[in-house]
Amino acid sequence: MSKTTPKARNTREQRWVWGLFSGPGIVTLIVLFVVPFYVVIAIAAGTLDIFESPVPAWNPLHWRAGNFTSIFGDLVGRGAFIGPEFVRTVVYVVIASLLSLVIAYPTAYFVTRWAGRRKVMFLLLLIAPFWVSYMMRMLAWIDLLQTNGYVNKVLGDLHLTSQPVNWLGGKASTVILGLVYGYIPYLILVLYAGLDRIDQRLLEAGRDLGLNRWRTFMRITLPLSRQTIMTGMLVTALPMMGDYFTNQLLSATPRTAMIGNLIDGQLSTPGLLPQGSALSLLLLVVLLPLMIYYVLQTYAASGRAA
Amino acid sequence: MAVDTAVRTGASPSGPGATITPATTRRRLPPWHNPWRHAWFLEGFTWLYLIWSIVPIGLAVLFSFNKGKSQSAWQGFSLRWYLTDPINSVLHGAVYHQAVIQTLRLSALTTVITVPLGVAFAIGINRWRTRTSTTFNFVMIVSFVVPELIFGVALFSVFSQLYTSIKLGTWAEVLGLVIWNISWPAIIVVARLVSIGPSFEEAAADLGASRFEAVRRVLVPLLAPAIFASAVLVFAGVIDDFVIVDLLSSSSATQPVSVLIYSTTRGGNNGPALNAIATIMLVVSLIVATLGYFAYRWMTRGERGANTQDALANITGM
Repeated sequence: MSKTTPKARNTREQRWVWGLFSGPGIVTLIVLFVVPFYVVIAIAAGTLDIFESPVPAWNPLHWRAGNFTSIFGDLVGRGAFIGPEFVRTVVYVVIASLLSLVIAYPTAYFVTRWAGRRKVMFLLLLIAPFWVSYMMRMLAWIDLLQTNGYVNKVLGDLHLTSQPVNWLGGKASTVILGLVYGYIPYLILVLYAGLDRIDQRLLEAGRDLGLNRWRTFMRITLPLSRQTIMTGMLVTALPMMGDYFTNQLLSATPRTAMIGNLIDGQLSTPGLLPQGSALSLLLLVVLLPLMIYYVLQTYAASGRAA
Repeated sequence: MAVDTAVRTGASPSGPGATITPATTRRRLPPWHNPWRHAWFLEGFTWLYLIWSIVPIGLAVLFSFNKGKSQSAWQGFSLRWYLTDPINSVLHGAVYHQAVIQTLRLSALTTVITVPLGVAFAIGINRWRTRTSTTFNFVMIVSFVVPELIFGVALFSVFSQLYTSIKLGTWAEVLGLVIWNISWPAIIVVARLVSIGPSFEEAAADLGASRFEAVRRVLVPLLAPAIFASAVLVFAGVIDDFVIVDLLSSSSATQPVSVLIYSTTRGGNNGPALNAIATIMLVVSLIVATLGYFAYRWMTRGERGANTQDALANITGM
């Protein structure tokens, strides 16, 4: 004679309730996330009609590789016109990410270890840009970088430049500065959270055993924050890879165009949606390893929490 | 100890009756030998970063009060670009106040839809534990890391090719923002559910509560701070959003502030009215953040580990 406790019976009988709770969210994810990505594939694998509007290939059996092979040809083949954009994107993002790390790490490190009683004040200042919209922060730099703006004024007063520099006329350095300025607050928050979790006692032990400050940092703090650095770099590098607005606002010339600018342009040009879709999918495939790494990290973190 | 004494005596060599002996002639150690000295270099570096990150924004706010048309040279204080200019002020220029209203409308609608959807999803997914729930938890996290441009391309394609009854415009924007933001409440609430554990609901069940009652009377009150923090994040996130609304807005009537700034900044001849609408949105964001912070503190009062830092971390999604 088997008897189930009231609790166990309750648990078994009412499991469907959880399905009811997650149901709307699951439907939303299917309708607005899974289906849209299928549509992108169908458009990229489809054709155009005579009015240059896309004819998606809904049936996977009718998928054609034409757009993908032509993208591939544009990328590496003869007269490859999107190759430079791809290279430029990678170069800009790598430089901007490293620059961000060099600025963000010491700052986050200072606030976690050295701010003392002023920690909350520093934290408030660090998260302040988080509440200012990205566009406003770009607008601020556009104001400053005008030919008659304050940056040129200061440089001229210091006699560093003899005449105003046209910062917004297609300079790679301006675009990289914009990317760093735009995404660094997120990196600092990730680094701060990670560094703050390091057990203070480990550092004390290091000092007690005779390590000086620098070696304590090199042998304890840095190894323990390696994971945080990787996550932080991903948090900033992934959106940078798909950025088109920073570039458009601070330079607006093909000389500095990135892959995001290409996709954005193809989206608004009639007849180029299939090309844009194929390029987006290509970008997605390139970024997939990074994304998987990030997802696994998130999973591992939630596993630790449990 | 010997070093300590030397430093101390070296520090006061002119004390009464101090005679110069070989022991006190040892020089005071230079400051960089003090193992507990303050990290002045790091502090200076941090301040430089903060100045670099905040001063440009301050100047942009300042120029919204400029008397003249310049966005880069100060010509005196006025409220011209907010109130008085007959064409290009926020009050009189339809483009500007429409954009502000559109941003607020999108933020409110998105928050109202996303937060209940995401919270219910999180509760169900976390307690269900079947293959379906694991799969969709994974799908949700993937949607969190897909770059926004690729996400935007997918949404643009689906609204222009498949869901053609929803025209590009406000509702397409809201739906896009809902799916883009749904992972915030979901991830935050799942984290909180994990830390709460199942014991409270089990106790409620033992006392005769049904699943629904346990959720409504036990779980939701316990989750309230997390739900609230995610609402603040979603609202502020929509104000900040650009890519999705840029790709899904149809005309100037459905352009929020971020898209208007983007499309008129370069080559436009608008003057500081752009700075004025950006400043208005900044003030809205700060009000939401401040209210969020104090409400969060109030909701978590008396909880173990509740402090300023924890509250700040939660309303910024750290």
